[in-house]
Amino acid sequence: MTDTTANVSAPAAGNRSVRLPTQWIGVAPFFIFAVLFLVLPTMYLIVGAFQTPDGSFTLDNVFKLFQEDNIRASYWISIKISFWSALLGALAGFAIALAIVRGGLPDWVRSSTMTFSGVASNFAGVPLAFAFLATLGRLGLVTIILRDVFGFNLYATSFNLLSSWGLIAVYLYFQIPLMIVIITPALDGIKKEWGEAAATLGATNAQYWRMVVIPVLWPSFLGTLVLLFANAFGAIATAYAFTGSSLNIVPISLYAQIRGDVLGDPNLGYALAFGMIFITGVANIFYIWFRTRSERWLK
Amino acid sequence: MKKGGHWWAWLTFFLGMGYFIIPLVATFEFSMRMKRGEYSFEAYRVVFASSQFQQTFTYSVVAAIFTIILGVLIVVPTAYWVRLRMPYLRPIIEFITLLPLVIPAIVIVFGYIRMYGTNSWLPFLGTTTGTNILLVIGYAVLALPYMYRAVDTGLRTIDVKTLTEAAQIMGAGWATIIGRVILPNVLIAVLSGAFLTFAIVLGEFTMASLLNRPAFGPYMQNLGANRAYEPAALAIIAFLLTWGCMTAIQFLARYAPKSANRPN
Repeated sequence: MTDTTANVSAPAAGNRSVRLPTQWIGVAPFFIFAVLFLVLPTMYLIVGAFQTPDGSFTLDNVFKLFQEDNIRASYWISIKISFWSALLGALAGFAIALAIVRGGLPDWVRSSTMTFSGVASNFAGVPLAFAFLATLGRLGLVTIILRDVFGFNLYATSFNLLSSWGLIAVYLYFQIPLMIVIITPALDGIKKEWGEAAATLGATNAQYWRMVVIPVLWPSFLGTLVLLFANAFGAIATAYAFTGSSLNIVPISLYAQIRGDVLGDPNLGYALAFGMIFITGVANIFYIWFRTRSERWLK
Repeated sequence: MKKGGHWWAWLTFFLGMGYFIIPLVATFEFSMRMKRGEYSFEAYRVVFASSQFQQTFTYSVVAAIFTIILGVLIVVPTAYWVRLRMPYLRPIIEFITLLPLVIPAIVIVFGYIRMYGTNSWLPFLGTTTGTNILLVIGYAVLALPYMYRAVDTGLRTIDVKTLTEAAQIMGAGWATIIGRVILPNVLIAVLSGAFLTFAIVLGEFTMASLLNRPAFGPYMQNLGANRAYEPAALAIIAFLLTWGCMTAIQFLARYAPKSANRPN
């Protein structure tokens, strides 16, 4: 370990007034690792996004993200899917969290919901796509029950599982549990005394919610919402296993670009990646901002 | 508050439960249908008997173990050192460890492919071993947020300074202090980070696929494109594995020191 040499060399130097900043050696491996395998690769793409093939500075690649119909469409579909899966996931997750915290349900309901949410929020990727295909595909159990028991042929309607809305339904399987896991502690943070204090001051239940609970929870809710958005925006495995490359979302376009330079322009490929970092980055800045606001009341 | 719960709470709970349980039941049912006219575990038998399954699964398990070792080697000394000597670095380190949640995995691996190609100064991708190492490194980056948070939470519950001084008085060097004093004290935290890492790495698709490694994730994806019933069986297997990892974490949390915030 490098730490051992730090310990030996510091006293050996003898002169304490010119002591080298040896404590940095202790964190050096971490910083070297982070720079080499996280910061530099990302910077490489970001710099590449603002360069022409011969290396001079340009904004053309970033402009092309907006100009080329295919790319613009892929960003738009990605944003739409991420937004709706985040919003619906946040609302449904909030409702379930509210039910288990405030609904007076037995304890086992809460503990089993939390356990299951921990599992389901991590059950993403390829297997999740399989589960939905097996459920709502042409021979899926739900499709068959709807047809044989209810006489409703799902596939005779305009229903298409392999679409944006199908993917949103799949994403909800990890978005809702993630919301439950994050928002339940915030709901627990609503103190009983606040309700009593409001009631003492003559507030109705509706007023208490409108003027106390919602303002206090609002930043947590919005913060988690943007977190869910970023979570869906960067995901690829589920979508790829679900629809193959038929659904034109940004991560799948980028996947194809990495595989075989389908854009025929490496720098445009870097710009595609830069666009993803930019959007998830902005989402996370909002997340941090909302979180510091929510910590004012909820700790 | 009514005894037994409000009706709207039950309604919400059961609606939610329906959405989450039905796909699992349907997938399980589907996975049993491989033999015509009867329910059987044929799809599971076929999956488990396939040499590709065994190879890719073993590959991913080994990759996960190396990822955990690498993660522990990087995170434990750093988190310890920052707590002991350089608390002012904490915000920066925390920020860096959260970056993998901001930068999508596909972007990180894209950077690797362009930076560490055959003709670069660090040609990881020139050899198979190098690519395997790069994949493990990439996984360690993905696991960094979870690993760091778990270990840092564990360190919060022990008196790092006193333990270090006591060990130093007895003549221990830094490697001994970290390996034989600090690590055992945060072992539960490390293990819960390790199980989460395991769950993430086992089914990871993006990095393994783009680095062309024969891992479990790309195998599942490939099977899904070509077969009908085996993917459903795989989905059930993957769900049970995730469940196992999360149960292990909950189980460990019970043994964690009481003053600790529960990891995750």
